Amino acid sequence: MKTLRVTPKSYLLPGISLLVLILLATLPLYTPPYTIVLLTTIFMYVVLTVSWAIFSGPTKYLSLASAAFFGVGIYSAALLGKSLPLLAFVGVGAMASFVLAFLVGLLTLRLRGVYFTIFTFGLAELIRHFLLFWETNITGTRGRIVVLIDNDVVFYVMLVIFVLTLLAAYFIRRSKFGLALQSIGENEEAAAHRGINVTLVKVITFAISAFFMGAVGAIMATKWTYIDPYVAFNPLFNFFPVLMAIFGGVGQLYGPVIGAVVFTYLEEVLTTRFPYYYMLIFGIILVVAILYLPKGLVGLVQKWRKSTPAVKQTPLSK
Amino acid sequence: MVKTVLDIVIAGLLMGGIYAIIAVGFSLQYGVARVLNVAHGEFIMLGAFITWTFYTIVGINPLVSLVIVGPFTFIIGFLLHRILFTRLRISSPSPSDFEGNSMLASFGLLYIIQNAAILIWGAEVKGYSYLTSSVNIGGAVFATNRLVTALFAIGIGVAFYIFLARARIGKAIRAAAQDSTTAGLMGVHINLVLALCFGLGAMMAGFGGSLVSMMYSIQPAMGFQYTIIAIIVVVLGGLGSIPGSFIGGFILGLVGSIVSYWQPALSLVAYYVLFMLLLLIRPKGIMGK
Repeated sequence: MKTLRVTPKSYLLPGISLLVLILLATLPLYTPPYTIVLLTTIFMYVVLTVSWAIFSGPTKYLSLASAAFFGVGIYSAALLGKSLPLLAFVGVGAMASFVLAFLVGLLTLRLRGVYFTIFTFGLAELIRHFLLFWETNITGTRGRIVVLIDNDVVFYVMLVIFVLTLLAAYFIRRSKFGLALQSIGENEEAAAHRGINVTLVKVITFAISAFFMGAVGAIMATKWTYIDPYVAFNPLFNFFPVLMAIFGGVGQLYGPVIGAVVFTYLEEVLTTRFPYYYMLIFGIILVVAILYLPKGLVGLVQKWRKSTPAVKQTPLSK
Repeated sequence: MVKTVLDIVIAGLLMGGIYAIIAVGFSLQYGVARVLNVAHGEFIMLGAFITWTFYTIVGINPLVSLVIVGPFTFIIGFLLHRILFTRLRISSPSPSDFEGNSMLASFGLLYIIQNAAILIWGAEVKGYSYLTSSVNIGGAVFATNRLVTALFAIGIGVAFYIFLARARIGKAIRAAAQDSTTAGLMGVHINLVLALCFGLGAMMAGFGGSLVSMMYSIQPAMGFQYTIIAIIVVVLGGLGSIPGSFIGGFILGLVGSIVSYWQPALSLVAYYVLFMLLLLIRPKGIMGK
């Protein structure tokens, strides 16, 4: 359940995490480059999905602005990649996304439900169309070359961002701040009456989630070498995090992680095997996942566990 | 100077009629069936491509193919609601959960329909010319197809308004729009009425697509920009209000025509800016309650 619980298990989790981390950190020593590249992509999606879930999971504000924050990171790398060291432009990308999300959050988090969702979706589109106009009419060049960086370095930076995102997500969930977020999702008026500064909590969390998306965008841009507004602000990146989170299950921290890992692998297989039908299959998976997996893979496993005892529970509400 | 202003205004008003019927369909789907149908533009694209196919291959007059496109898109929309959205509505724990889920599902539909269309018709731009002779409206010169499509759009909109106001089933739709639970308790077959609304919304999109194909070149990726236009018009006019959709449609048509006169590349940017300002200042819209 969603309570703060301290059990003997609390030693088990850090132990296993540390082991996995050591394993991941030493991977480039004994695996082929392909694995490293694939893992980098998987980490990227995990970070995007988990940071999306940091905000939208508990508050139930469905944000479709991921592509905007991701794209801001990508453009930061493209603009500053040659003049600044790696960590500096990743930091700038992250901070730029943070500031953008903070401003947008201040403006829009008063909007409820679908209006917020449509607005966030419009954000990436607005930036993309404006950049396209700017590049074709003012600067006269379309697209930019991004500085190239060694695969292993990218992998390690990505790994660090990945760990930081998971830690942030974990500690936000466990803190009073996380409880405030959940109470906003349950009933915003009640949360406000409880003395929670609803706007501040929402805006800061929104900005934190954008921070990680920006960082990931900045580091990922170095792998793509050439970017333009269509690549950087691809609307698909608005949906991938949502889809992966729903696919895995939003209720738990590990849900989005599992969803992102499974889905990225699936995407890799689909794009190589069926390049023409890939988007069609993507749409079908989206519809089927929403229809049959409302609580995601995690929910499915939980349902199996529950239904194995002799007495089957019948749902009361329909 | 006066002549350019007249040109811009009339071009905007002629486009506004089409925007209005597209938005009426969207408004029906969101206002009554509570589905924020992001795939609305894909039905416009379907309508346009069916009309194109009939005209170029069979040689059927585009205005006649409205009679084919309408029922076809209606049936697809109706079945989609019965198969997909009715199930989602029952399985979602709360109305706001349903809104989120149905919107995501319609994003899935967007990709399915668009990519199916690419597989069937190919991704390249297509078009045909129909009624391109020029006509003079109070000093401004336009292609005849502009005038004809605008008149058809307004005609369809008015007919639909009368249907909602007078027909028995129209009354059921209005009841469901006000409060679907209570309407259900009063004996309205609610699942049927909601599916009907979704189907009618898809039909309006199909009509819109047919009309659009007479004026502009078409391609499978054209749908989304019309979805955006529909969303903006609906927010502008006020959700669920048909007169509001018409007012909003004409306003957006005017804005679009002014911006494209000045800087065509910025028209989508202008739509988004207008839309965002609107959401911040008056999310209820002009005719909203």
